[in-house]
Amino acid sequence: MEKTESGKFEGLTETDQAYLADLLKQLADDDYLLSFRSSEWLGLAPHIEEDVASASISQDMMGHAAMYYGLLGDIYGRDADDLAHFRGPADRRNSILTEKRNGEGEYLDVPKYDWAYHVVRNLYYNMHKKVKLVALKQSSSTPLRDVAAKAAMELYYHELHWRTWFIQLMNSSDDAKARMAAALEKVNGECADLFHLGKYSEDITRKGYIAPASEMKDSFRKEMEKVFDQTDSVFSFPDDQKENGRLGRHTEDLEHALELMSEVYGSVPYAKW
Amino acid sequence: MKAEKILDEELILSKLAEVKDPEIDTVSIVDLGMVYRVAAVDTSIKVTLLPTFSGCPALPIIEKNCAEALLELDGADSAEVEFTFSVPWTSDRVTEAGIRGLKEFGIAPPPEFIESDGSWHVDCPYCGSTFVTVENIFGPTACRSILYCRNCRNPFEAMKLVSSNMH
Repeated sequence: MEKTESGKFEGLTETDQAYLADLLKQLADDDYLLSFRSSEWLGLAPHIEEDVASASISQDMMGHAAMYYGLLGDIYGRDADDLAHFRGPADRRNSILTEKRNGEGEYLDVPKYDWAYHVVRNLYYNMHKKVKLVALKQSSSTPLRDVAAKAAMELYYHELHWRTWFIQLMNSSDDAKARMAAALEKVNGECADLFHLGKYSEDITRKGYIAPASEMKDSFRKEMEKVFDQTDSVFSFPDDQKENGRLGRHTEDLEHALELMSEVYGSVPYAKW
Repeated sequence: MKAEKILDEELILSKLAEVKDPEIDTVSIVDLGMVYRVAAVDTSIKVTLLPTFSGCPALPIIEKNCAEALLELDGADSAEVEFTFSVPWTSDRVTEAGIRGLKEFGIAPPPEFIESDGSWHVDCPYCGSTFVTVENIFGPTACRSILYCRNCRNPFEAMKLVSSNMH
């Protein structure tokens, strides 16, 4: 990875660093996991231009994860690649939505992935990210503000992309509509922790690192209603679910993703990439 | 004793102008507006760059190429190159020389953004026609889109518009 500026969190107390670190893990792990899941579509997307687009978006998302891991590494005095690859499931703070498999089967075997799920999951995730980046651009932490401004410019294209897919498929054939309805139901069971801010949520918002979850949820609802207004469906968002990734409680799918993702890096950890 | 050249900003920038985009040898990182800050203290140079796209795999290559080029300067003993996000790179940072270099390579410069109606304008880099269509906003690299010219019937790439007006 390229070298970035360091020493950005000097002067912060240890507790403040711990709050920021937890928030950075949520942001970094979200992009890292969904970037990986999306990259599993490489070569499988519905058409060639979509393959290019979907892969390019995954690459941007990995760039966003790298920016957050870079900041986290600055706090911990650790290498960003190590933080991406060598943290176990209990230390991960990503939303459940970002870790789930794309569907049945394995990429290297017979992947029977669900494109409708990919579209719905990415619309929910990207709209949530858009709202979060707006809030982070007002953060009391300068490095967070800077990274959010950078990510927001790239997200513009991602959100536009998934919103376009979503509206088109929701207004398409009966088969497409049925698949989208099933995907919406699935996503609704996995996205409740998107706006959860983890074990330090009160401290994180009190310090002004990010807006309170309730405010962001309201903005998210308004944005999503505008999208759903262009379909025959009504937007709904779950209050709660069994697992909560922000608290380190994950599904088996996370282990599966981490194992695959860090296999090469972990095989020769001292190699220079 | 050999008289050492003073490492001033101008000298460093002229050296950085020799560092090309790893994929586009007609534009330098200076032309792309990636150079944010240069500083020299005695024989040490420090250069701060702006990444175009955060996930661009060319960044470590650019970092290495910059450091190597700077060490060729008379009187330079060390060269530190790092990236910052303190100012986001936007596509309007591409200079006039950058625009010429991109066109020469067959890549249209970043679109002009018309704020009043939110539209973009890209001209074909080969024939200059405005009769073009966007085939894919996403292209072979993070910073490029794929377009098609209906006039000279050539597919071409254009630098993506990246602006702080986009949200």
